[in-house]
Amino acid sequence: MKSPLRLDIYRRMLTIRKVEEAVADNYSKQQMRCPIHLSIGQEAVPAVLSAMMTHQDRVYSSHRCHAHYLAKGGNIEKMIAELHGKATGCAKGKGGSMHLVDASVGMMGSSALVAGSIPLAVGSALAIQRAGKKDLSVAYFGDGGSEEGIFYECLNFAALKKLPVIFACENNLYATYSHQSARQSVTDISKRGAGFGVPSERVDGYDLKAVIDSCTTAVERARSGQGPTLLEFMTCRWRDHVGPDHDYAVGYRTEKEVAEWMDRCPLKLLEAELLKSGELTSADKLQTENLIKTEIETAFHRASQSPQPFTPETFDDIYA
Amino acid sequence: MTSTRKIAGWQAVAEATVQAMEADPKVFLMGEGVDDAKGIFGTTKSAFDKFGSARVFDLPLSESATTGIGIGAAIEGQPCIMVHARSEFLLLAMDQVVNHAAKWRYMSGGAFRVPIVIRCIVGRGWGQAAQHSQSFHSLFSYFPGLKVVLPSTPYETKGLLYSAIQDPNPVIFIEHRWLHNKEGEVPLRPYSLPLGRANIAAEGKDITCVAISYQVYEALAARDLLAKQGISMEVIDLRCVRPLDRVTILRSVAKTGRLIVTDIGHSQFGVSAEIAAMVSSDGFDFLRAPIRRVGLPDAPTPCAPALEASYYPTTQDLVNVAKDLMGRTAPKAKAPSEERESESPAFSGPF
Repeated sequence: MKSPLRLDIYRRMLTIRKVEEAVADNYSKQQMRCPIHLSIGQEAVPAVLSAMMTHQDRVYSSHRCHAHYLAKGGNIEKMIAELHGKATGCAKGKGGSMHLVDASVGMMGSSALVAGSIPLAVGSALAIQRAGKKDLSVAYFGDGGSEEGIFYECLNFAALKKLPVIFACENNLYATYSHQSARQSVTDISKRGAGFGVPSERVDGYDLKAVIDSCTTAVERARSGQGPTLLEFMTCRWRDHVGPDHDYAVGYRTEKEVAEWMDRCPLKLLEAELLKSGELTSADKLQTENLIKTEIETAFHRASQSPQPFTPETFDDIYA
Repeated sequence: MTSTRKIAGWQAVAEATVQAMEADPKVFLMGEGVDDAKGIFGTTKSAFDKFGSARVFDLPLSESATTGIGIGAAIEGQPCIMVHARSEFLLLAMDQVVNHAAKWRYMSGGAFRVPIVIRCIVGRGWGQAAQHSQSFHSLFSYFPGLKVVLPSTPYETKGLLYSAIQDPNPVIFIEHRWLHNKEGEVPLRPYSLPLGRANIAAEGKDITCVAISYQVYEALAARDLLAKQGISMEVIDLRCVRPLDRVTILRSVAKTGRLIVTDIGHSQFGVSAEIAAMVSSDGFDFLRAPIRRVGLPDAPTPCAPALEASYYPTTQDLVNVAKDLMGRTAPKAKAPSEERESESPAFSGPF
């Protein structure tokens, strides 16, 4: 039986947090030899959206794709193997951290080109509409992605055709180390949907109820043929733009700024609420944590034992 | 017996499109102006008339996004045909073609197919100038993951486009505008021509001429003139730049010992350089003369008729190079080019 929504969201968020922390903790071993853009602090939005989606629903992501992949139900072993450059990885070692993909759950891939996968998600929505299905497609991108021209072209097309797509902008305020205010004349990204007739909303990405409410509306709108939604979620990445560390030393933001977000950690708050309401018992919590821990340990162990791809495989899968 | 009849290049495009859309109901066609009265020089009109706006529809002027949207739909198993009435507009979608279409299968470890055909038309004459006349086959052929097709005759056009639409990979399909009005015998039934197989358009024994797109006609005209002077030129219609049919080229050069590559694009840094490098590397022992190239000069396309006239490589250029390779002096009188704009009322303004 499907667990109640909030428990489902909790498990997805916890999984993302634990996997990401394990990646960060193990990164210094230099066995994951690709750039990693961790999602720690940005778990809530993909957890909520994925809890409302089936495997037939589509997700397209960006370089910061770990949370989107994991939330959608992407295979953990294949993800960790992919980061280790192994033949057993989700992309057979061809993609790495920035290109996580698991077609079996509708995780359709991730582009390292900022905003580059937005049109693919819109194209997916076009295919869904043409096939007369009730599925939907989600385009994840960041505040930086909202600066690319292709984003506006996509808003227009999706609105024109009333496509079942959700533009999910995770605004963590920074493009690498550049603050949004240094890059955008109007920083409320959600205001830009109106010009295209796309219902839009700016949402506190750390207010779980607000995230659930906005996503519920957007998902219903998509499934009922009423077209796209633009959701701008205010959020925070806790670690560096790239790499496993905290980045206060870089000097572009203060520890206090991040600490204020951490104090409002939606995972921590949700867990406390669930325990208080009795939806989650201490025993459940321990069991869930242990299950995730075991899964992660198994994934890292198997990744270390898995074979490297063979050189000739460089030339596989270029053409169908 | 196969029934054939004479049709023009544009009709071959239209027919391949309609027949491929009949063969696979998931195929759809989109592009700026594909559903208007003129239907991209007539090439999309019959598809729109037959299948309507559910499968043939107009697009906003957003080439980057719409190309990505076509890619996204193709990944979902709905083969997409896109059309650019001038190939230059495709450059606006460079990121989607190069970083996404060409790589989505690879980066997913083979999880997806990307069956998209991007048709683009190369203008020439009547002052098309620098931004309405370029062919980017060499540029796109640089990228693994793409296929790049340039048909010549109506027969090649129909068969290659039919194959391209059925191919599970992204295909850049480049049509020279002047080929739209060339006529030729074409079977009525649908048929496929393999992508990546060159065609020996005419046999010869002294010189191999690898010709691309419209230059096939120039090469065949040059071959006739050379034959009268006792020089036998083999003309290879390359048909696809990627995959490149190395074997057909090398076999021919093994026979003739001399190679000319004639291209509708620039010679410098273009596919003619790639072919020359390949033959000098893999077929050096066959060569009895230097490899020569006859393509566009190293300048943007000028507008003025006086400049345009000397810009494009002609039949006579090919004759001169061929004779030079055979150690003969070129005649002083210029042979007429295969087709000049002034002789072709189809390509007078506004076009």
